[in-house]
Amino acid sequence: MSATAGRRSTLPGFGLTMGLTLTWLSVIILIPLAGLFLKTFELSLDQFWGIVTSRRTLNALKISFGLSFAAALVNLVMGTVIVWALVRYRFPARRLFDAIVDIPFALPTAVAGVALSSLFAQQGWLGAPLAALGIKVAFTPIGIFIAMIFIGIPFVVRTVQPVLIDLDPEIEEAAASLGASRWHTVFRVILPSLIPALLTGFALAFARAIGEYGSVIFIAGNLPNVSEIAPLLIVIRLSEFRYADATAIAVVMLVASFLIIFAVNRLQRWAQTRIPTH
Amino acid sequence: MSLQQLTVSAPRVDLRTEPRPMRIVIIATALIFLTVFVVLPLAVVFAQAFSRGVSAYVAALSDPEALSAIRLTLLVATISVGSNLVFGVMAAWAIAKFDFSGKTFLITLVDLPFSVSPVISGLVFVLLFGAQGYFGPWLQGHDIHVLFAVPGITLATIFVTFPFVARALIPLMQEQGTQEEEAAISLGASGLQTFFRVTLPNIKWGLLYGVLLCNARAMGEFGAVSVVSGHIRGETNTMPLLVEILYNEYQFVSSFAIASLLAMLALVTLVAKTVLERRLDEGQLLRDD
Repeated sequence: MSATAGRRSTLPGFGLTMGLTLTWLSVIILIPLAGLFLKTFELSLDQFWGIVTSRRTLNALKISFGLSFAAALVNLVMGTVIVWALVRYRFPARRLFDAIVDIPFALPTAVAGVALSSLFAQQGWLGAPLAALGIKVAFTPIGIFIAMIFIGIPFVVRTVQPVLIDLDPEIEEAAASLGASRWHTVFRVILPSLIPALLTGFALAFARAIGEYGSVIFIAGNLPNVSEIAPLLIVIRLSEFRYADATAIAVVMLVASFLIIFAVNRLQRWAQTRIPTH
Repeated sequence: MSLQQLTVSAPRVDLRTEPRPMRIVIIATALIFLTVFVVLPLAVVFAQAFSRGVSAYVAALSDPEALSAIRLTLLVATISVGSNLVFGVMAAWAIAKFDFSGKTFLITLVDLPFSVSPVISGLVFVLLFGAQGYFGPWLQGHDIHVLFAVPGITLATIFVTFPFVARALIPLMQEQGTQEEEAAISLGASGLQTFFRVTLPNIKWGLLYGVLLCNARAMGEFGAVSVVSGHIRGETNTMPLLVEILYNEYQFVSSFAIASLLAMLALVTLVAKTVLERRLDEGQLLRDD
């Protein structure tokens, strides 16, 4: 890694493209984000702590982080089932369902929000039968949970899929021919080699759900302390011109998502050293 | 298939799959889950949009407010995609074609908007350009409107769509190396000639892929735009914002009619993405041979 700029000096344009890249990056991303952190430094530590630990903020953060974690767990389990079906089995419309997995990525969040809200409303296609069973989804924390599951679907599937496809079939065959039961082979041989990809997918789904706004707010009910997510509280504080409050909540969320991204990078490095690349 | 082949291949199949009932349970679970969580929400959008017939649908879309939202969305997406296209190509050129220290860190910085909540992506611009923001008083003094106007909406959209083009190009251009460009330069081509005649033809599908995803996100962005837009009717409402407003006013047909346009955009993007991915894979196979 001792390479220096311009080693491939025969190609032109390094100075120009790098300069413009850094300028554009600074103007659009770095300066605005730095502004956010600078704004927090205008608060004393006590003020910051007071905002973050106030009952409403704390509850919003608990709801966002707790439900995101639970939704990512569902995505972890269901993502594994989906990826297993898509990679290992042949069934009608398999390619169609493979493509469908990406819809939560592609569908604008506001569209997903109104659609889920309408689907799970009291008179909705799924809301009505669920209401008959005494389960209320829309305008409750369960609604938030459902929306977070929706937006997290692609992450586990798309991170695990290439790893499962590339898995060496001989390992499985060896385990089986040595007398391991299928159950044993799957849980002791295959799943362990998928763990880095599974954890990466889980972390990405978790991070996405924490910050999610559009697909959640329509179905959430948005009752303070009960079904109010942290991003919504930021929007509310902004509309009340309580910029300091909005900023403090944003910084907590930003630091949390940076930690998750850092963990994901570590996971990927770990995966590379664990499984020899071929 | 002859009997002999069957007996030869049978053990191999048996070793690597589950018993039939288990297979059926797994496939059924996956399909039911995807149907409930993905197919039904998508179907609801179109069912609601057409619940009062085609004429109500058309009327909803030809409403002046809807047309103004469509125009604004197209304008903002054009500017955002255009600027991120230029930036993405430049960033990919610098990152993929040259060696320098700190490259991984630079890629992390480019990726940053992916891990920032949309609401925070809007908030940072409020803190810069709002009345209490760093540049707010100066802007007010010069009567320049950034927040609650088109420039703010565009900035927030550029922020959230920042990584798409660069991220699509960097791995592709790294894999293609620099040999072809070096040959062109040594034969006397200028830098721009080399880019347009050699590099661009090689990366065109990857570039289209990045632009496609960037555009889908630009047109559909809600959280960031919602924070900076100010929701001025007929002026600063993009399509996703109008979906929200109409939904909250119980104008479901109108809301879902606009939502259906965005859903169609998502579906077209997905189909095009699948086609492009196949092309990119084929390109990779050709190079590997």
